[in-house]
Amino acid sequence: MRRGDLVQLLGPIGLVVLVGIIGSLGFVSPDRQVEILGALVSVAIVVSLYVFVGNSGVVSFGHVSFVAVGAFAAGVMTIPVTLKPTITPGLFSLLARHSLGNVPSLVLAALVGGVFALLVGIPLMRLSGLSAGIATFAVLGVTHNILANWTKIGPGPLTLTTIPQTTGMLQGTLGAVGVVLVAFAYQRSRFGRKLRAAREDPAAARAAGIDIHRERLWAFALSGTLCGFAGGLFVHQAGTLQAGDVYLDLTFLTLAMLVVGGVGSLWGAVVGALVVSALGSFLLDAENGDVGFVNDLLGKPLWGGSRLVGVAAFMALVLVLLPSGLTNGREFGLPRLPRIRRPVRGSAS
Amino acid sequence: MTEHVQTLLDAVALGSIYGLMAIGIGLVFGVLRLVNFAYGQLVMAGAYALALTQDVSVVLSIALCFAVVLALSLAMELAAFRPLRNASPTTMLVATFAISYLLQSIALVRFGAIGKILVVIPQLTKPLTIGSLHVRWITIVTILVAAGVFAALTLFLTRTSIGLQMRAASIDSETARLLGVRANAVITVAVLISGAIAALVAVILPMAVPERILVTPDYALRETIIVLVGVVVGGIDRLLTATLGGFTMGFLVGALSGFLPSSGSWPFTSSVYLDSAVFMLVIVVLLLRPEGLFTRSRRSVVDRV
Repeated sequence: MRRGDLVQLLGPIGLVVLVGIIGSLGFVSPDRQVEILGALVSVAIVVSLYVFVGNSGVVSFGHVSFVAVGAFAAGVMTIPVTLKPTITPGLFSLLARHSLGNVPSLVLAALVGGVFALLVGIPLMRLSGLSAGIATFAVLGVTHNILANWTKIGPGPLTLTTIPQTTGMLQGTLGAVGVVLVAFAYQRSRFGRKLRAAREDPAAARAAGIDIHRERLWAFALSGTLCGFAGGLFVHQAGTLQAGDVYLDLTFLTLAMLVVGGVGSLWGAVVGALVVSALGSFLLDAENGDVGFVNDLLGKPLWGGSRLVGVAAFMALVLVLLPSGLTNGREFGLPRLPRIRRPVRGSAS
Repeated sequence: MTEHVQTLLDAVALGSIYGLMAIGIGLVFGVLRLVNFAYGQLVMAGAYALALTQDVSVVLSIALCFAVVLALSLAMELAAFRPLRNASPTTMLVATFAISYLLQSIALVRFGAIGKILVVIPQLTKPLTIGSLHVRWITIVTILVAAGVFAALTLFLTRTSIGLQMRAASIDSETARLLGVRANAVITVAVLISGAIAALVAVILPMAVPERILVTPDYALRETIIVLVGVVVGGIDRLLTATLGGFTMGFLVGALSGFLPSSGSWPFTSSVYLDSAVFMLVIVVLLLRPEGLFTRSRRSVVDRV
């Protein structure tokens, strides 16, 4: 790897680790820690989404289905066996009689997400453009509808509770860093480069012997695996889960984070997730009257609900004004130092 | 027997509403190549306008609903669609996603999550009895209104100059502009007609669909999703195929929810799995005919060089 490539990787990872360290500092309030943890989980989800959307250039509205199955798998399988009959009655007996620990449940979540994405991807990756977008959306609709109603595999319309909250600051940071590493490794690999070539010019890529369908399918399955894993992190952070938590709102939020940061780069995915999360936290503080200058400016705290409106307005604004995102689709790079010109000896007259 | 006739009539009425929304979405797509996910929020805004003015006269209330929705559509066009005119279709779709979310959160903050009950014209929800058949007046009115709008729009698109320009712009906007079609004028008219249809849907929907009597921030969102899917499945390139796609989805949803049993322990066996059944069908149709169910020519899915 060249030095520039290392910098490309160190930017996103450094930022994630920095956020994790700030979250672990003693003076940070528990509320703030929850927000920071949420931001780290968002990074994991958005980067997982980026692996497919960014590299292939095909927008998927269905990736939250993989987050959802991962979250439900990890959630249902980590509830203590003794509590299962009360929290989610009607489970298949295999699911009802066994429970997993934290790490195995994350592996299970990744597996479930990956297998589901692979199965869905085989037919769907033949589509492109708008019909691909709508088809992935239809997948989300089916997944949500079944998760929200079928009580043999989960709580159905009820809420899953008493899920162990094992995603602490360490697990959240490590999880997000892991997802970023896999995403980076993929996009530098043979497969990632083929897919990016197909994104730039499908006809030329095909002429060079690239099987676009297969490359997209690999990316889709990998992205689904990471999404499932991120869903596991998500559920172990929240502690409770219902089907509505992993549906339209999350789809919108994660897609918007990705587009705000810039769809075309890993750095954009990380920056988008963190910037939008930070804006949300800031507006929430302002609503609670904790931000001095807002209080001075308005004479009162920001009115309740500004967070929702503010985040949505910010995203709409960035999309309209900067369609290629805050990073303009570029990877992280250090600003080049201006070269110091040494006076050439003897030429000065 | 009469039960089935009633279910089918209700399904046709639901199909008509979805067809109306499909026209609204299809018209804007034709001239702007933009899939407007925020279309349902236009209906939502109209429904709130109606719900908040229920104590004034019906005519005034409906007029206000139209005014609000038209103003909002125009604002959307000026603030968002115009700057995005040259962006890719998916960027535009995500942007309208954001606008939809923004309008929803404004409604949530302003009016709260608890809905407001809305009945625009109570007389229309009474049943009409023919023999043993009970049909609500609104069912008949809905079907007639949708047919009327479609006929009027067909006349408008084929018989008037601006209508002709609109069709030209939707087939090939660059050539149309070269030939003197003013893009902004045509787009504004299309956006306004689309907005007027949204206002009409806001008046009809709460009376025609019993679950939609409650106006909430996510009002008409589910309808928009299903219509959008229907429009793409039907074939978004032409208004007729888009409308047919919307109608078919509405008819399917209406008929399936009437005929499926209301409970069952496995997926796809009861009406709670209606959405799954519909979306599965959609996936199958998209795989078999990605260019649209009702389009005539089969174009290659992969663009040629």
